Order: sequence, then C-alpha cells, then structure tokens
Amino acid sequence: MNFPEHELHFFQRFGLTGRLIERCLGEALSAGGDFADLYFESIASTSISVDESLVKSASQGVSAGCGIRVCSGDRTGYAYTDDLSAERLMRAARTAALIADGPSKQEIAGFRDAPKTSLYPISAADADAGVAPKLELVMRADRAARAYDPRIVQVRAGYNDELRHILIAASDGTFAHDTQPLARLNCYVIARDGAKNSRGGSGGGGRVELSFFEGDKSPEHFAREAARQAILQLNAVPAPAGDMEVVLGPGWPGVLLHEAVGHGLEADFNRKKTSAFSGLIGQKVASSKVTVVDNGTMPSRRGSLNVDDEGSPTQETVLIENGILKGYLSDKLSARLMGMADTGNGRRESYQHIPMPRMTNTYMLSGEDSPEDIVRSVKRGLYAVNFGGGQVDITSGKFVFSASEAYLIEDGKITAPVRDATLIGNGPEALKYVSMVGNDLALDEGIGTCGKDGQSVPVGVGMPTIKLDRMTVGGTGR
Amino acid sequence: MSTATPISGTERKLDMQQLAADVVERALRAGAKEAEVVIREGDEFSTLVRLGQVETLKESGARGIGVRVFLGASEAYRTANTSTSDFSEAGLAHLVQGAVDLAKVTSEDPFAGLPEPGAMGQIGGELDLYYEDVYGLPASQRIEYARRAEAAALSADPRLKKSDGGSFDAATGHKVMANSRGFAGEYRRSYCSLSAMPIAETEQGGMQRDYWFSSARTLARLDSPESIGAEAARRTLRRLNARRVATQRVPIVFAPEIARSLIGNIFEAANGDSIYRGASFWANQLGQQVASPNVTVIDDGTLPGLFGTAPFDGEGLPTRRTVIVENGVLKNYLLNTYTARKLNMQSTGNASRGLAGTPGIGAGNLFLENGTITPQQLLADVKVGFYVTELMGFGVNMVTGDYSRGAAGLWIENGELTFAVEEVTIAGNLKEMLNNITAIANDLVFRGAVASPTLRIDGMTIAGE
Repeated sequence: MNFPEHELHFFQRFGLTGRLIERCLGEALSAGGDFADLYFESIASTSISVDESLVKSASQGVSAGCGIRVCSGDRTGYAYTDDLSAERLMRAARTAALIADGPSKQEIAGFRDAPKTSLYPISAADADAGVAPKLELVMRADRAARAYDPRIVQVRAGYNDELRHILIAASDGTFAHDTQPLARLNCYVIARDGAKNSRGGSGGGGRVELSFFEGDKSPEHFAREAARQAILQLNAVPAPAGDMEVVLGPGWPGVLLHEAVGHGLEADFNRKKTSAFSGLIGQKVASSKVTVVDNGTMPSRRGSLNVDDEGSPTQETVLIENGILKGYLSDKLSARLMGMADTGNGRRESYQHIPMPRMTNTYMLSGEDSPEDIVRSVKRGLYAVNFGGGQVDITSGKFVFSASEAYLIEDGKITAPVRDATLIGNGPEALKYVSMVGNDLALDEGIGTCGKDGQSVPVGVGMPTIKLDRMTVGGTGR
Repeated sequence: MSTATPISGTERKLDMQQLAADVVERALRAGAKEAEVVIREGDEFSTLVRLGQVETLKESGARGIGVRVFLGASEAYRTANTSTSDFSEAGLAHLVQGAVDLAKVTSEDPFAGLPEPGAMGQIGGELDLYYEDVYGLPASQRIEYARRAEAAALSADPRLKKSDGGSFDAATGHKVMANSRGFAGEYRRSYCSLSAMPIAETEQGGMQRDYWFSSARTLARLDSPESIGAEAARRTLRRLNARRVATQRVPIVFAPEIARSLIGNIFEAANGDSIYRGASFWANQLGQQVASPNVTVIDDGTLPGLFGTAPFDGEGLPTRRTVIVENGVLKNYLLNTYTARKLNMQSTGNASRGLAGTPGIGAGNLFLENGTITPQQLLADVKVGFYVTELMGFGVNMVTGDYSRGAAGLWIENGELTFAVEEVTIAGNLKEMLNNITAIANDLVFRGAVASPTLRIDGMTIAGE
C-alpha cells in the first residue's frame, strides 16, 4: 500500500519509513515466528496541581518507543526500544524473533487500510496549548472546595492530560494509527470539625478537550462533590458487618461488574482455564434481569478507543445477556488460539508492555425498576453510591470493592452515612442475587484505571441502581 | 531456543555523570536559579514458562532524563519539572527550556528549593547492590530456572494440574543525579527473582491459586527453584475447600507476608506529605503512645544488600536509619526536604524521585522489630482465631484510620491451623489495631524492602455469614 506519509506522526517526527517497517517485520519473522507486530508510541503529557492554594509545581514529559512482538504458536517474544533508529529497531526485531527457532516461513501480508472511526476530538493544539487555562481549572477547583464549607481545611486539585500517538503494523496486514487524547481533573479534600477528620475525593474526564471542563463537568462540580463527601463523612457511623441486602447507586458502583465478572471474562484466563468463569459460556451466571456489555466505541469515554493496541477496531461485546454468559473479551492471540473472534480488546500500558485482553467501558443495561422503589423495598441494608478501588482473584472468583460513600437503609429509607467499608463476593455467584435493576443507567465520570499483571490502562464502568439480595459488608458495627 | 544478545543500556557510550552536570549547566544558562537532573537507565529480562513450555520472553532496555528547576528569588522559588526519553540535542534543549517556561507559571513557594549543601552527601562502604551475574546467564538457563520452579510445584500433588507458570526476571538499573548545589552521585542496582504460581483444583471444580518467590540482588542468593516450587505448592494446596465463617470478633494473626502490608500502612501514617496536610491520623502525634509497647518500627536505607538500600535519597541526601516507633511511642516522621521545611524539622533522607514530578517520600528498608516468641508459640496462645494469608482491596482510610479489607487464610482452633477460610472481610481502625498488637513473633525475614514478623491483633471484626 502507499503509506500516507505526510499524515503520519512517526514518519514525520521520527523518520520512520514504510520500507523500514517491512524490514523490521521481516527480521521479526526470520526465525520462523508465525505473527509479528510493531507498536510505535509517542506520548506528551502535562500535569499541574494546586496544593494549599499554591501551584506548587508543574510537570511535562515526552516519551517515545517501539515494542516488537513475535508469536510462535502460544509463545510470545517481546523486545522494545526507546531509540527509533533503524539499527535499534532491527535489533529489537532480531531479539523478539528468537522466541521461534527455525527457518522463516511466514509471508508478510500486504497492509490493509484500517477502517476510520473518530470517537474523540484530536486537536493536538490542546497538548501544546499554554498551561495557563489548565492552571485556571485547578485554581477554580481549589476556590470552590474551600468556599463549600469552612470545615474544608485542605484542598488538592490536579489536572493531567496526555496526547498519545500510536502506529501499529503487523504481519497479518494490520496497519493502523490513532491519536488518543486523555484528560482528567481531580479534587481531594480534608475536612476537620474539632477532633473529627474526614476525606473526600472526586474527579472526571475522558478522551476530551479542555472545553469539556467548561460544561456540567466544571472544576466547581468536582470540587463541591469532593467537599460534600468529606463533610458527610464527618458524622458517619460504623458500617454494619455481615451478609445483608445491598443497593448500589448508578454510575461508578459499576466497578462491581469490572471486578465480579469483567476480569474473569478476559479470554487469556479462559484460554488457560484458570478463571472461575472457565467453561461457563451458555450457563446462567446472573439473574435474568442482568445484561452486561463491554463497549469500546462510546464517544469521548475514558475507556474508548478507535482501534485497540493491536490495531483492531473496538466494538460492543455482550458478556452476559439476561443472566446467561455469552462471550469473552479477546485479543489477537487468544482469538487465534481459541478459534473465536477478536473483540478488539487487546490493550497495553505502553510500548514496553505485551498486549493482553482488557476491558474498555463495561456496564450493565438499564432495567425497569425505579430507583425509589428499589430503596423502598429494603428493610435493613446498605445503600452504596461511591467506591474506591476493587480487586479480584480471577481463579477463585472472590472480589472486593470498597465503599467510600454509603448509607444505612432502615425500613425502606436511606438514613445514616457509614464509614468506609469493603464489600466482598464471589464473581460467578454475586449477580445471581440481583433482584431489581433500575431504569437509570449512568456511566462513571471518567476516573477509572485498571491494573492487570502490572499494566495500567484507562477504563470506564457503568450501572443503573441495582439491588442485591445478599452481599457481605465488611464493617465493624451491628 | 537461540541465545539472544541483550540490548544493554551499558553499551550506550554517553557518560551519564557528565551529561547530568551539563544539563544542570544548561538549565542555569536558560534562566534557572537552581536545577537538579536525574537520569535513569534500566535493562530487563523476563521469562514465563507455563506447563513446561516457554510462554513469553521479554528483553529490553530504556532510559530517561528529568530536570527540576527553580526560578525567582530564593526566599520563595517557583518550580517545575520536565522529563524525556529523547537524549538528542533537540530533545535536551526542549527538556530544559520546557522546564524553565513551565516554572514561570507556578506559584512562589517559600518552602521550595534544593537541600542545604551541608545536608547532601552519600553513605560510604560496600552496599552490595549490584551484581552483573543477574544478567549474565544465557537465555536457555534463565528459562530452565523458571521451568524447574514450576515443575517442582506441579509435581508436588496430583491436585496441582493447572498453572499460571514459573517465572524468572532479572533487571539492572542505573541512577545518576546532579544538582546546582554541587551534588553528583550515581549507583547501580541489580535484581533477580524466581517464582512459581500453581493452581490447585478439587474434584468438585473449586480452584485456588497462590504463589511463592525468591528475589535477590545476585543469583547466588536466590532460593533453589525446587524449594520455591515446593513452598508454592504447599501454600496453594492449603487454600483448597475454603469456606466462609460467621461474622464475629476473634484474634487475627497476620502471616509475615501479610503483616508487611500493615507496616506499609505505618509508612503511610508517618509519611511527611500526609503529616503536614493533616491527611494522616498520626499528624501532631509525635511523642505519643501510638502502638502497643512491644512495637518498634524502623526505616533503614543503609543495610547492605537489601532491597530498599541506596547510597543517597532522591534529593542527594545520605540515607540513614530512622526510628519511627520505639516501644509504641511515635518518634519520627519520614521526611524529604520540602516536608521537613513545612514541619520545621530536618529531612530524614527519605526523598523519592522518579523522572517526572516533584520528590515524594519513600522508605528504605522498613520493618517491625522481632518479638521474642516463635510463630508456633504465638499461634499456640490462640484458642479461636483467623490466620490471614491474603488481603484484597484498598479499604484503608489514612485520615480516619478506618480499615476494612477482603481476607483469606486458615482458621485457628486450639492453637492449630485448621480449615481454609475465604470470602470474608476483616475490619477495625488502624489507631486501635496498632494498640492491640498483642504478640509479635521472631521470624523477621527481608523478602522485599518492607518486612514484618508474624503478629497478632485483637479486637477486629470478621464479616462473613
């Protein structure tokens, strides 16, 4: 194919050529590998924070590199370089090639143009724009949090953005490139009232431009939310302990799905049969009210991608439909070895990392119950609306997620706020206890980062209000 | 399998010490009043063998340079920092100019600045941090190490059929630092680690995984693949047939590898960044009784050969030994230059510095001192209790001390470990938990930079059925 060289970041900035890409792929397959790909990445990032009402520091960074992968059966060889010269690229290709051991056998397919989608604004201008408007965002957050209540005694607000250029060329004919913006605004506060202290935090963003923070999702919105949480927590009572009815609010509590089912449905664990969900396709793993999808194609969302980090288009994948397990999230390697479709979920933290199946935006579809009816139906339980992180043991299926804003429900009414508590459950069982699903699906504000095998990638989650008839709440109270 | 040629950072001919000094000079010429440069280079090799076959081989190196500049009047500097992986002339020019431009928009801060010249330096003596042998093995032998560790695990019991593999990793790092107050230093560290991650399965289909590992600065100090595999098998098998227990309060015994995480919580509580903001429940508590009288916690970045050891910290101060808690009394916070100035104290040489960002707080080797009884004696005193071997999640609030985490382990009855327990939480408040450490065993071993002996805490709540 003719490379549109004038359009491509890596051709312009780093002197990469189509000829060099082909030579590297040839070298990568020279020892008999059956698939090879090159992943070029360059990132420019900015970070600004305000602390004690001072912009104490600001950071900018640039990094670039290329990761070269060779697959031979289910083996993977990987090498990377932060020097994009022909000599270093060829050397990395030679190193990765050695996962295989034999004569070259694989032809390199002619490159195909990847379908073009555009899920997010790509104005490189933002990353190069002066820091002044970004600085103004964090100062506004600081002022709004302090103005919320005199008991807010410490405020930290931060703005981070990055612009990532990627180019992927593979021996199977994949040739794709993308420019991915990512921005996030955070606000963390501490409240004090006499001897009582508490914390609150909020944030949001996505694959968005600076103008995103001028609408509903303003610095004031996040600052007031952080302050509200901290003030609320000043008078929180101990969380209850033990099994009980739990109502989860809409949006970020969808982290439940990410931990309880999402990770367990990543194809690599199922290919190796090490997931608690292995072999359960077609089986009932949730109540019939539960339908869960992973969708990488939502405009401007933090977990969205035009193409994944293997150059495959992203898609909407149904994981659970009316309670029945339907599918896994796959990358190229697992798709090939399992004889299933590649769902466009091959992702990696950076050029220094091997891609693997990862979630994008994972959420439960709305049901028919009103959120009010759901709360009203609970005699004694917990209503949890905000969470910190979660974690899952893929093999045993046990997962946790930690509530940072939750309330008691007593006789159908939301009453006292409770202190931080971890909720625990078993992935293949937990969603069987979903007895009501609200009509109020919401996605999170754009703050999620998922870790797997030491690799972090941005993700989204979402959920309507739901009721679980049983879940274990890890408090200290009665 | 052929032998790969390592892509080694050491082959790059640049003199990094000279480069760091040059970039400091450039920054001063570009208008900075003070500047600090850090360069990091690293090589890594990793191999994963699963079910006897090589699954992944990874081998590479990368490097980066970061600069931090201070502008304006020394009474209240403005500061900013930049980093890059581009060591070309244009890349370095952009790095320096970018930092100076960025600093112009930050706020004047009377506490910002480099350490006082008299405070900087490095500890002498052989720190035993760097061994070329971690990278010296041919690829075939590294693979063989991983294969043996996995094989030893899987051959231990017929219920161990599946596996997340055996892995061998090696890495070397080179750090170079220079600043405009005359500090220049560098050190290299090496690391290797070997692990086995078997999966056990019952006839009913319940699966459990666990792992064991050994890590060291030299191959010579790694445990044998066979001993690692055997221990991984033992740890995995004992989790089979786990069940839940009822919600109740019983003594909790933290196994050493889990007690480490509590020492990590102590690090966060003593972290100067959190102290001056009032974001730690230990703010304004110096000299107070914050833990049981049997608790002494020390940070020591000078211990030869250990994982948290370095000759100087992230700002060029010599590392040292700091007593955080002595016989239950809070003695010192862990501070860098900035947090020390905020608190009107002296830095404890605990600055941490990546390529990007301002220095944070990092621990050296952080540990709870041994008690006097054996772990067996500690257990023998527990009539009914929970021996925790795994914690899950992030449910620790350092502002309030509220603590609630997922847990798995073994039930204790009459001083003996009995059946496996899972899908429960343990909860309490760290302030109370530290005062309720009722026993500490004498089995302290450094398997990483943070270490603890077995310990017992009373008064926590288990949430389960």
